Amino acid sequence: MAQVIVVTSGKGGVGKTTTSAAFATGLAQRGKKTVVIDFDVGLRNLDLIMGVERRVVFDIVNVIQGEARLNQALIRDKRVDTLAILPASQTRDKDALTREGVSTIIEELSADFDYILCDSPAGIEKGALLALYFADQAIVVTNPEVSSVRDSDRILGVLQSKSKRAEEKKDKVKEHLLVTRYDPNRVERGEMLKLEDVREILAIPLLGVVPENESVLKASNTGTPVIMDTESVAGQAYKDAVGRFLGEDLPHRFLEPDKKPGLFRRLFGGRAA
Amino acid sequence: MSWLDYFRAARKDEPPPSASAAKERLQIVLAHERIGRTREDFLPRLQQELVAVVARYVAIDPGKVKLDLDRGGDMSTLAIEIELPAPTPGRQAAAG
Repeated sequence: MAQVIVVTSGKGGVGKTTTSAAFATGLAQRGKKTVVIDFDVGLRNLDLIMGVERRVVFDIVNVIQGEARLNQALIRDKRVDTLAILPASQTRDKDALTREGVSTIIEELSADFDYILCDSPAGIEKGALLALYFADQAIVVTNPEVSSVRDSDRILGVLQSKSKRAEEKKDKVKEHLLVTRYDPNRVERGEMLKLEDVREILAIPLLGVVPENESVLKASNTGTPVIMDTESVAGQAYKDAVGRFLGEDLPHRFLEPDKKPGLFRRLFGGRAA
Repeated sequence: MSWLDYFRAARKDEPPPSASAAKERLQIVLAHERIGRTREDFLPRLQQELVAVVARYVAIDPGKVKLDLDRGGDMSTLAIEIELPAPTPGRQAAAG
């Protein structure tokens, strides 16, 4: 049986799709058969972030409505052979997604994959509820910012009341906190919520911290999941998070502000740096 | 712009860091929202029932009911203001 993981946040623009792309790629790089599904019908973007936008023929709505077989809609990644993408529909409206349809797709994918990642749309409407409904685990993507933290708290409440596991009174969805766009320099200046504050408020286990990093935009520009940029701090942070997800005990990195250059370095520096 | 400006800028009082305000506000709002999550929002019903009780004794305009809720960290206040109708001119004439 595959594990179903929802990547969710409530708030938009915090990095769900970036995280879905990076995490799915990371799991696949570790040899796990992974499929990532875009649930944002009407505003599909995972295909762009994954760099497969020109290979989309059929989408999830075509499969649900019986216009295409699941295998025809799945896009096999050319970089990592254990990775597949199921794009959202760009034209249909959100009502085209049905719980029965999604259930059938997830059941079918379960036979072939180890992990099914569901990239949730923002909000707590139908698409977001369907994305989290079948989840065994949830990655809650949060920015260190009041509206994002509040919405994450809200989505945790939804996970605990409206997921299939909650409805069937099974073990609850396993929750993971992923803090993204973290800027240790601003935290040090007291301009941004500290990691510890976010952890204390949301009170779920921390999976990783991805620092604010130029490489994320660069990765989306080129359609390369940022985890493939192994030089970048964001890529390394995602790689660590995937490792932790798979049970490795890795210390959190990139939490400290840049070292301020000392007087000596400021007067004579440049060469040393 | 003289080189002295550098010192002036550095000396200018910096505003207090805002992150602690963010944490405090979040803690308060979430404490309330988490309570509301387990039971439905009772305020609309409370208002309805209170107005019904008052209406039993005084003829009131249901549109002239003001409800104010101030949620604080240690204490919250609920203020309900019901405007009672002024005596109608007809009745005044009858009384006089």
